[in-house]
Amino acid sequence: MLDISDLHVSVDSTEVLHDINLRIGQGETHVLMGPNGSGKSTLLKAIMGFGGYKITAGSIVFKGKDITHLPIHERANLGIGMMFQHPPAISGLKLGKLLVATSRMSEDTIKALAQSVNMEQFLDRDINVGFSGGEIKRSEVLQLKVQQPDFVMLDEPESGVDLENMNLIGKEIAKLLEKDVHIINRRKSGLIITHTGYILDYLEADQGHVMIDGQIRCHGNPREILRVVKEKGYGECLRCKQI
Amino acid sequence: MEHLSPEDRERLALTGLEVGMQNRCGSFFQIDQKVVQTTCGAEGIEMLPIKTALEKYNWMEDYYWNAVPRDKDKYTKYVAKQKDPQGLVVIAHPGAKVAMPLQACLFLREEPVQHVHNIFIAREESEIHIISGCASSWLKERGAHIGVTEIYVGKGAKVTSTMIHNWNPGINVFPRSATIVEEDGIFLSNYICMQPVNQVNMYPTARLLGKNAVARFSSIVVATPGSLLDLGSRTILAAEHTSTELITRAITTGGTVISRGHILGERENTRGHIECRGLILKDGTIHAIPEIEGTVTGTELSHEAAVGKIARHEIEYLMARGLSEDEATATIIRGFLDVKISGLPAVLQEQIDAAIDKAESGF
Repeated sequence: MLDISDLHVSVDSTEVLHDINLRIGQGETHVLMGPNGSGKSTLLKAIMGFGGYKITAGSIVFKGKDITHLPIHERANLGIGMMFQHPPAISGLKLGKLLVATSRMSEDTIKALAQSVNMEQFLDRDINVGFSGGEIKRSEVLQLKVQQPDFVMLDEPESGVDLENMNLIGKEIAKLLEKDVHIINRRKSGLIITHTGYILDYLEADQGHVMIDGQIRCHGNPREILRVVKEKGYGECLRCKQI
Repeated sequence: MEHLSPEDRERLALTGLEVGMQNRCGSFFQIDQKVVQTTCGAEGIEMLPIKTALEKYNWMEDYYWNAVPRDKDKYTKYVAKQKDPQGLVVIAHPGAKVAMPLQACLFLREEPVQHVHNIFIAREESEIHIISGCASSWLKERGAHIGVTEIYVGKGAKVTSTMIHNWNPGINVFPRSATIVEEDGIFLSNYICMQPVNQVNMYPTARLLGKNAVARFSSIVVATPGSLLDLGSRTILAAEHTSTELITRAITTGGTVISRGHILGERENTRGHIECRGLILKDGTIHAIPEIEGTVTGTELSHEAAVGKIARHEIEYLMARGLSEDEATATIIRGFLDVKISGLPAVLQEQIDAAIDKAESGF
């Protein structure tokens, strides 16, 4: 599904990601952990194609197509979706209008999807304007449910969310990743940034990666990585030479 | 209307003129200095050319040059000295209410200067919506429109006045209007100008003289290259429990917008807010000058103004949902201009949306 090779990314002429290699197969969910500022969000934004994240070397291949230099919307239309951690508030732009503009769905279908994440009363609201933490996440999940991407990137889905919302959001993310579909038939893939690992209460991840100082330092069982980090902190990873 | 070219009909339609009178309960049409139509089928509402109104009712004198002083400036003096005044008088008699708008169309076709003196009077507990469409012929290269409008909102009455302009790059426009609002009266003023013009210069004032009176001014304007839109609105909170909002959305694609605003709070328990947001799409000027002036302890006034470009991360957010850069930009502009005006009839809102849609295709 996604194949990143020898990727180097610079922000404001400073290299922040060094020699990233990451391969995510169809139906797989990967988890990305690492201390604050290690470059996790930068990697997601580089995969999405945001301006300001300059790829200086390496390549990103999605579904067999080199997307390294494609504009954002073409990547989205190929099937890449992203849940933003801090999406912008855009005054005047109604959530419902955006959903209609970005999909071929009928308003009724969109309304039904909105109901499934308790967002129907937000369709007439300006997007993210005055939304609480949980409401922002539900809005992001709703946008992804409408977009139906094959590969979903989630930037800290747990942050700023209370327990009740977490339950709903966790279950919805599991559905986005087709966790309810048998592993043989599962088509959707995901890459999730998590600090707490709470999301793993709602879905199984196939692989974990730890990013330190712009490099992916180790790969392994996500729960095991999480346990080590909880017990010993990222210092253990810093000492670990396995790359 | 048969005398108008298809191009001119199109221009007038964009200012809200409904030729077939669907969704309208009254109509006034003035071409240059000639009134070509005055018709009104609504009960309790009269639409009259100003000369007829002055002859018909002695008390019209109380409203003639009362809200706007004759000697306010050279433009009011010019209109005041005319021996043959033209313009529209709307009288809503006590308790008369119409949901459908009245339309007033002022069309500048051949003469160098069009002058107009309008008076809208809403007596106690009446309610009217007036949509004024002002346009120039597509062939008209130079000219001026000077329009004096005096609006009187009686006790418990409500007046919604929506003005849509559609001029040419060589036209200068000088509206001079003022409104007096009595107890429990509501005055909503909407102004839309999204097509090229040489200059629009205006600073309408609302005086809230009765308790609980409300005034709200909303302006949605686009300054194209060569256009100077020097606009303002002013509310004087001259009675207790009065309130006002002055809201502007301005876009420049190369022209200049000066967005002035002034609220004077001179009584207890009054509130006022000025909000101006400007988008600079291409190099041009948006100059916001909000003024709030309080003279007693119980007045609460505030303002916020922001001028800038569309934030890159907003465009990218929408692109990440699959919209191209141009689609994302247009979607954000559409939202920026989408000022839902409370209390506006659906037909007026549709008119405003149509004006925005038309302009948007040019961004």
